[in-house]
Amino acid sequence: MNVPESLKYTASHEWVRAEPDGTLSVGITDHAQDALGELVFVELPEVGRKLKADEACAVVESVKAASDVYAPLAGEVVDAHHALADSPGDVNKDPYGAWLFRLKPADPAALAKLLDAAAYTKTFK
Amino acid sequence: MKTTPLVGAHRRAGAKLVDFAGWEMPLHYGSQIDEHHAVRRAAGMFDTSHMLAIDVAGTGARAFLSRALANDVARLERPGKALYSCMLREDGGILDDLIAYFLRADLYRVVVNATTADKDLAWLEALGASDVTLRPRRDLAMIAVQGPQARSRTWSALPVLRAASEPLAPFFGATAGDAFVSRTGYTGEDGFELLLPADEALAVWGRLAQAGVRPCGLGARDTLRLEAGMNLYGQDMDESVTPLECGLAWTVDLASQRDFVGRQALAGRKPARAQLGLVLAGRGGVLRAHQAVHGARGDGEITSGTFSPTMQTSIALARLPLETAPGDEVEVEVRGKRLAARAVRPPFVRHGRILVS
Repeated sequence: MNVPESLKYTASHEWVRAEPDGTLSVGITDHAQDALGELVFVELPEVGRKLKADEACAVVESVKAASDVYAPLAGEVVDAHHALADSPGDVNKDPYGAWLFRLKPADPAALAKLLDAAAYTKTFK
Repeated sequence: MKTTPLVGAHRRAGAKLVDFAGWEMPLHYGSQIDEHHAVRRAAGMFDTSHMLAIDVAGTGARAFLSRALANDVARLERPGKALYSCMLREDGGILDDLIAYFLRADLYRVVVNATTADKDLAWLEALGASDVTLRPRRDLAMIAVQGPQARSRTWSALPVLRAASEPLAPFFGATAGDAFVSRTGYTGEDGFELLLPADEALAVWGRLAQAGVRPCGLGARDTLRLEAGMNLYGQDMDESVTPLECGLAWTVDLASQRDFVGRQALAGRKPARAQLGLVLAGRGGVLRAHQAVHGARGDGEITSGTFSPTMQTSIALARLPLETAPGDEVEVEVRGKRLAARAVRPPFVRHGRILVS
């Protein structure tokens, strides 16, 4: 299973990437998409929504099951990847390219507390 | 876990294997949606060896099945003819659904679900008669080849089957050497189901694959059968449901005086609920089993739901108040929201064509 070293992770299978503008891109991991199976529906948070850490804020549904996606950190949603509504399978094909939403973190330093690739890999191995 | 003779082939093909009723079975081989489309557009094959064929042999075979099955085996006038039927409890609850084949005057074969196979066999044995022998055929493997190209690709892979299987009308089967070929299936497409000696299954699977028949897993099997409006035992029906409540009234013979198990319970009962299909009106989620349905005629529940790869929207089978009619608008509770859906009469898709609007 692909777990890029450059990203941060949560135990609930989100990945987080720090963007140059200080926002964070959030998606679901390769392990998560593989366990769910082919996605057929994605529900994204509204831009402007303020999220608490670990708050359920998006939904991914596969042929098999529905699964919540949680905010990895507290912050405000600044963008949502609406193109995925027409092609939810992109999350399966390219889980680390198909981000779901972008977050402006309330406390940028909190990013360091998320799991690194090695620690995340241990959660499912 | 129990395995079929094809488990090695599934592993080599990269299948995701899952526990299905104690059997290690392929869920998909990479993409269940692509597998689904392969069956609707060309040809796919399923390992169904976990299902059980039971031979019902002896001079009393017909009389025995006439008592055991809710549909009437007397409809099987010509050898090879197949009959879809439920097997009921005395109270009308469904023990299983099955296909019965008429092979000879003293030999029938019923094919039952994997999840219920042991229960079915015990039930039939308890019901048994002195002039009937029941033989579970665990020595047989089963492969379903389905799709518009299924028959032609089967013949190119296995020319030896052609002479026996080419004349078959839908819902007929024939013996071909030590195999049995029937023009039946669980997908809404044309095709064959092959019953063959277990030690031949691997070679047959390989030749079919070489002829362009795509291996398909249980995931695609479920979306295909749901589009075809076919019930899944344990989900759309079980021992707490009668055939009249799950769209199978057409399989129950109440017109004749034949005395079958469950008849008395069904003859005196008017069901409160009936089965209809649902099509999700917009986006917003996926219809799934156990979601509540609200309509002008009252409330109901989804028994199976999925995303339909052919229709590109979500569809479901639901048990709804009897007065609900095709065309009625209903609401379904999906993850705390109420989504609009429309009641339709299944099937949704047959022979590659969408039948509901």
